[in-house]
Amino acid sequence: MQPTHRSSRILQPAKNWFVFLSLFVALGLAYIPTGRLPGVPDWVPLVLAFWCIREPLRVGMGTAFVFGLLVDIGQGAAMGQHALAYVVLAYLATSIARRVLWFPPLQQALHILPMFFLTQLIMVLVRLVAGAEFPGWWYFLSSFTSAALWIPLHFLLLLPQYRPVDRDDNRPI
Amino acid sequence: MSLAGHQSPPVFKQGPTPLVRLLVLVSVCLAMLVADLRFRYLEVVRQGLSVATWPLQMAAAAPVDFVRDAAVYFATLVEVQQDNAELRRSQLDAAQRLLRFEQLERDNAQLRELLQMAPAPGVRSVAAEVLYDAPDPFSRKVILDRGSQHGVAAGMAVVNAQGMIGQVTRAYPVQAEVTLLTDKDQAVPVQVARNGLRGVLFGAGLGRMELRFTLSGVDVLPGDRLETSGLDGIFLAGLPVAEVVSVDRESQTFAVVLCDPVAAVERTTQVLVLGRAEAPPSRPQPQPQSPALRRPERKG
Repeated sequence: MQPTHRSSRILQPAKNWFVFLSLFVALGLAYIPTGRLPGVPDWVPLVLAFWCIREPLRVGMGTAFVFGLLVDIGQGAAMGQHALAYVVLAYLATSIARRVLWFPPLQQALHILPMFFLTQLIMVLVRLVAGAEFPGWWYFLSSFTSAALWIPLHFLLLLPQYRPVDRDDNRPI
Repeated sequence: MSLAGHQSPPVFKQGPTPLVRLLVLVSVCLAMLVADLRFRYLEVVRQGLSVATWPLQMAAAAPVDFVRDAAVYFATLVEVQQDNAELRRSQLDAAQRLLRFEQLERDNAQLRELLQMAPAPGVRSVAAEVLYDAPDPFSRKVILDRGSQHGVAAGMAVVNAQGMIGQVTRAYPVQAEVTLLTDKDQAVPVQVARNGLRGVLFGAGLGRMELRFTLSGVDVLPGDRLETSGLDGIFLAGLPVAEVVSVDRESQTFAVVLCDPVAAVERTTQVLVLGRAEAPPSRPQPQPQSPALRRPERKG
C-alpha cells in the first residue's frame, strides 16, 4: 500500500510482531503514572487507530477490546470503560481507512482528532452515568496532543516498511 | 441460506459484518461496566489480569521512581538540617504526649480490670508508601506498595501522622488501591468531637468534603473537628478526619456543611494501614459446674 497518493513508493508489508510490539509499547507508555497532569497523550488509541487505518484486516475491534481492558486494569478505571471507547474508535477508524490514506499526514490528523474526542467523550459519559465527578475541561486536551502526535508517529511506525527488499551495501539505509 | 434475495452469495467468508461485531463488543463492554460498577463482580478477573500486567506496570513506573529518587538524593543539606531540628522539636513534644499516653493507658487498664471487661481488641497495622496517584481522572485514588501478601485487605483504614486519609478499596497481591476521603464515593461515619453529634462525611470535589444529611437546626459550627465514630465496625473510633469550614443553613431542612480534611490527604507519601478491630471474642459457654464464674449475659 502506498503512503499517500503522491508517493510512488511501494512499501514492504507490515510485520505482525512489529504491529503488536508497537501496541505493547503504547500500553507501557499508558501505564506511566503521570498523576493528574492534563494533556498527556493517550498512546494506546493513537497506535490502535494507526494500525486500524493501515492494516484493517489485522488490527480491529477485537484488538481494541483486549487493549482497552488492559488499560482499564492498569489505570484502575472501571472495567470496560476504555474497552468500549476503543472498540468504537476502531470501528470508525476501520470504516474510514480507505479514504484517510489519500490525504497527507496533517489532514489525516484532522480526520483522527474528532475520533479521539469522541473516545474521550464516551469515557466521560460512561463515568458520569456511573456517578463520578466531572474531571474538568482540561481532560479533553489529551485528544489534541494525541492528534498532534499523529504526524511523527506516522513516520516512526512506517519506518520498517520503508526498508528496501534487497540489501545494497552502497546505500545508507 | 436461500438465494431468494438479490444479493450474490459471498465469494470469501468474512465472518460477521463490522457493524454486528461492533454491536456485540459494545454490549459486552456495557455488560462489564454494569457488572463492575454496580455489582463488583469482576474483582477476580481484575486480580488475574493485574498479575499479568504487573511487570509492564513496574517497568512504566521505573522512570518516575528514578526521577523522584534523584530529586530526593540531591536534596540540600540545609533542608535536611532544618528537618532535623524540626524533628527534634516534635520528638520532645511527642515524648511528652507519650508519657501522658502511657499514664492514660495504665489508668485505662486498671479501670477495665475493675469493670471486668475483656482487654481492648488489638489493632494490626502495616506501614506503606504511596507509589503514585491512580491515573483514572474521574476518582481520587492512590496506589500503595503493600498488598494482600503483607496483610493489607480491602476495607482497612489508611492514616498518616495527622489523621485519616482514606480506605483500601482493592488489594492486589503486592499493591493496594486506596480511595481517598475526598473521592465522591467515599463515605466515613463521623462524629463532632465537641458534642458527639453523628453524621456521614462524603467527598465533595475539589479536595473538600461534605457532612451530608445534617438538619439545619443542629449544633455544628465552623472550626469543629470531626473524628471517626467507629459505628460501621470498620474504622476505629476517634481518628481525626476533618475540620468544619463553613455551615450554610439557607435551605429548609438540611444544612450544607463543608469540611477540609485534617491530614494532607492528596500530598502524603508515608501512611499506615490500620487493620480492622478484631472481632469480639465469642461469648463463653455457660458452665453448669461453676455458676459463680458465669458472666451476666448481654441483652440485644
